[in-house]
Amino acid sequence: MKEFALLFRFPNGDPGNIPPEEFKTIAKKWQDWAGGIAAQGRMSAGGQRLDMAGKVLKPGGVVTDGPFVEIREVLGSFIVVKAENLDDATTLAHGCPVLDQGGSVEIRPLFSY
Amino acid sequence: MVARFSTRAAASKSGLSLATSMPVESLKELFQQEFAKMVAVISNLFGLEHIETAEDIASDTFLTAAEEWEAKGMPPNPTAWLYTVAKRKTIHLFRRRDIFERKIIPAIRATAGQEDDTAAFEIDFSPQHIRDSQLQMLFAVCTPAIVSEAQIGLALRILCGFGIDEIAEAFLTNKETINKRLFRAKEKLRTAEIKVDLPPPNEIPARLDNVLHIIYLLFSEGYYSQTRNRVLQKELCWEAIRLGVLLTEYEGTNQPKTNALLALMCFHSSRFDARQPREAERPGEDDVILYDQQDERLWDTDLIHRGMQYLALSAIGDQLSSYHLEARIASLHCIKEDTPEKWEEILQLYNQLLMINYSPGVALNRTFALYKANGREQALIELEKLKLEGNHFYNVLRDYLRKLPPH
Repeated sequence: MKEFALLFRFPNGDPGNIPPEEFKTIAKKWQDWAGGIAAQGRMSAGGQRLDMAGKVLKPGGVVTDGPFVEIREVLGSFIVVKAENLDDATTLAHGCPVLDQGGSVEIRPLFSY
Repeated sequence: MVARFSTRAAASKSGLSLATSMPVESLKELFQQEFAKMVAVISNLFGLEHIETAEDIASDTFLTAAEEWEAKGMPPNPTAWLYTVAKRKTIHLFRRRDIFERKIIPAIRATAGQEDDTAAFEIDFSPQHIRDSQLQMLFAVCTPAIVSEAQIGLALRILCGFGIDEIAEAFLTNKETINKRLFRAKEKLRTAEIKVDLPPPNEIPARLDNVLHIIYLLFSEGYYSQTRNRVLQKELCWEAIRLGVLLTEYEGTNQPKTNALLALMCFHSSRFDARQPREAERPGEDDVILYDQQDERLWDTDLIHRGMQYLALSAIGDQLSSYHLEARIASLHCIKEDTPEKWEEILQLYNQLLMINYSPGVALNRTFALYKANGREQALIELEKLKLEGNHFYNVLRDYLRKLPPH
């Protein structure tokens, strides 16, 4: 099996405004979904969440506070899964809760050396 | 046979709280309690390359005891008698083999600085030294240099004093296979020059992982064993717990994960009697009684209580091992009430456990928790994805879920 990164892109917005109850429901969805992949023995590395705060370095030494204002979606987190091929990895991405939140999953093969 | 096993089980269980030995009645009980201690101390003194000699000395000591006690009756302090004889035999044997003169005496002179050889030659069979020797032996035996099956076998033989026939039964194999396996393992210990010693403090965390893993396997061998010998199963479990307790008695190995493993083993063991079918009620039945049908009055509340204490100790620090997660799951199973909250928590613990330690068994347990927490439909969909068609429990769970009425 090869390794693939599943990159979760969230709609650009302030995630801090989600009410606690709703946050709990969303968290459970993520845990159950990721648990389902782990239950198939297909999780290589999981649960790497990216903080929404960050910096962007641009040519000419320009540093801005995050890329978020300029694009529609932000990279929120990623996991690395084991799959036979790109289609197989894409099948694993189905049911990902980011889709319910209006986001997307980007599936990218990892280079193996 | 049965009586003999159960006495050791009782002695081991009492060893959970008390380091002192129980009053003993028979030579067999003494053998079970003292054999492994003798071997550990003697091997500790002369090195692992003489481990077979240490076993011979211990066996020979008990043979002498059997003969003499038969003729003259049991001495007032049988344990002290045994150790005196073991000491004498050790000195005699090593002297005869010339090893004593060439190696041991110079070593003793070097450390003690004395000229009088036999006066300086003292085997320390004090409880503290026995404990230290067994702990060092545990680390020596649990070395990745030998395969894990052999590590378990050696632990059973050298640390728990199990006979070759008992080990063979536990592994569902024959004595010859076990003898070969142990022989090869001992050869390996010799050639790899494994020392009977604790690793240096900075290496303990990594080496401890392997020791804990072997104790975990030893426990599982007992708890999920295929052998029909229930008493033997129980003994394997008690011995695993005893070795775990041994680790908590030394600061360097008394880690949160050590306590997590102990908590896990206590919780599981608490259901030992409840999962054994009673012959009178279910004659000829060999399957264990599944959790749902267990009579919780048969759960051992003392062990549950101990488990809770170890679980509390495991929560110190920021380590989260798979033992922590498994212990937490097992603790929730000690609550008989079926609440959605309980199953939700169990499900999330299984989700986490699978991320760090996948196994088909855990995946199936997680699917059962998924059914309890999220319902039958989702569980069936997720079950299909596991691709475990050949697995017996997969089929059992699938049939079970399919027969349930849809919501």
